[in-house]
Amino acid sequence: MKIGVLALQGDFAEHIVMLDRLGVETAEVRLPEHLDDLDGLIIPGGESTTIGKLSVDFGLFEPLRDFGRARAIWGTCAGAIFLSKDARRDQPLLGLMDITVERNAFGRQVDSFEADLDIEPLELATKTDAPYHAVFIRAPIIESVSGEAKVLSVLPDGRIVAAQQGHLLATSFHPELTGDTRFHEYFLSLVK
Amino acid sequence: MEQQTGTFAVKKGLAQMLKGGVIMDVVTPEHAKIAEEAGACAVMALERVPADIRAEGGVARMSAPELILKIMDAVSIPVMAKARIGHFVEAQILEALGVDYIDESEVLTPADVEHHIYKHDFKVPFVCGCRNLGEALRRIGEGAAMIRTKGEAGTGDVVEAVRHARTVLDEIRRLQNMPEEEVMHFAKEIGAPYELVKETRELGRMPVVNFAAGGIATPADAALMMQLGVDGVFVGSGIFKSGDPAKRAAAIVKATTHYSDPAILAEVSKDLGEPMVGRNVSTMPEVEKIAGRGW
Repeated sequence: MKIGVLALQGDFAEHIVMLDRLGVETAEVRLPEHLDDLDGLIIPGGESTTIGKLSVDFGLFEPLRDFGRARAIWGTCAGAIFLSKDARRDQPLLGLMDITVERNAFGRQVDSFEADLDIEPLELATKTDAPYHAVFIRAPIIESVSGEAKVLSVLPDGRIVAAQQGHLLATSFHPELTGDTRFHEYFLSLVK
Repeated sequence: MEQQTGTFAVKKGLAQMLKGGVIMDVVTPEHAKIAEEAGACAVMALERVPADIRAEGGVARMSAPELILKIMDAVSIPVMAKARIGHFVEAQILEALGVDYIDESEVLTPADVEHHIYKHDFKVPFVCGCRNLGEALRRIGEGAAMIRTKGEAGTGDVVEAVRHARTVLDEIRRLQNMPEEEVMHFAKEIGAPYELVKETRELGRMPVVNFAAGGIATPADAALMMQLGVDGVFVGSGIFKSGDPAKRAAAIVKATTHYSDPAILAEVSKDLGEPMVGRNVSTMPEVEKIAGRGW
């Protein structure tokens, strides 16, 4: 199994460290040809406007769409925005997932936070019952899911922070900033 | 568990999101939009870019709140603003305005000649400049969640940025290769907290994100700093003091992503118009250099 991490901008190195810990072969993706032999792809945290623009400029936009139709993609924070159909704003979006997101939904950086989440599918898949400690940085929320997309996790107030649509995964928070590899394991279970 | 804000993990985490990106100095909301459109991962809201601060002289202070707020309104990317070294009230004001990062910056006139701001007291994260590892780790000890090597701001001459980045990276390499019993002496020599020195040795890198700043003016300069091993770049006067800011800004963003691909670097370096004029640091009188500010 070989997993790519989109390395246009953001915390792609942190994702690679997590995948290394799980013994998975990795590759940094900056150009379309880097997608060729991958089984799955992670789109990291960063600035979604920057990642979107660079994807367009270097011809990655359509290849990423094609990739996501057949193979697993997980977007964290900016990556989740990039996977969405609608971010209520004019910026390049892959539109692969039937989710609407609101950027910077919790406010500015002083409102960034850490919180424990109960994510049942994750606990089932990894046979653990400890809560998942999540880090939210200028995070988006998933306003709504439709079509094939399903809610994976909510905050205590009901706001959606993780969603799944078949082999596609979106999280508002950053599993790559923790020492807990369970979310990465969960993603790998979606990779065929 | 309750939601916890202002933790070191979320402060440091925002800097991690900026990695591989370009943070651009802007003095108007229009500049900020050009920067965002070009792919900047954040902007630094300022009244004057460093080249103008140099040219005009006088006391350089925190920018006016109304200007910072207009820039925050203009873009969706993070907005940083500068406070004077040691001026914790300017920092309190910037935090109250809601800026995403404070740069406790030597580019402004220092307010204290011995002490920096005690940054652990704030919920907003801070970035600070350094010329060497000791200075970086002292700032992290005070609570900085991001470091930038200083270079020599407002010159368009990359030589000091290279000097400072190489110094830091060389010190980390030496630290990793020395026997355990020499680490305490090393910490004493560089004037840095022992625990942070040990952490740096174990990680093989600084414990927070480290960008380069001060004199980066071309796509090649940005890629040079990335190849040396920094996590991203600040570009100050280099963009909006050049002939075609939008084009140059986009080119520097592309060069920072594809820093190790010479064919792409060659392509993005074409037809950029006039670079900023620049000032040669080696012929600059010592009194005009600002990198020495910081204790």
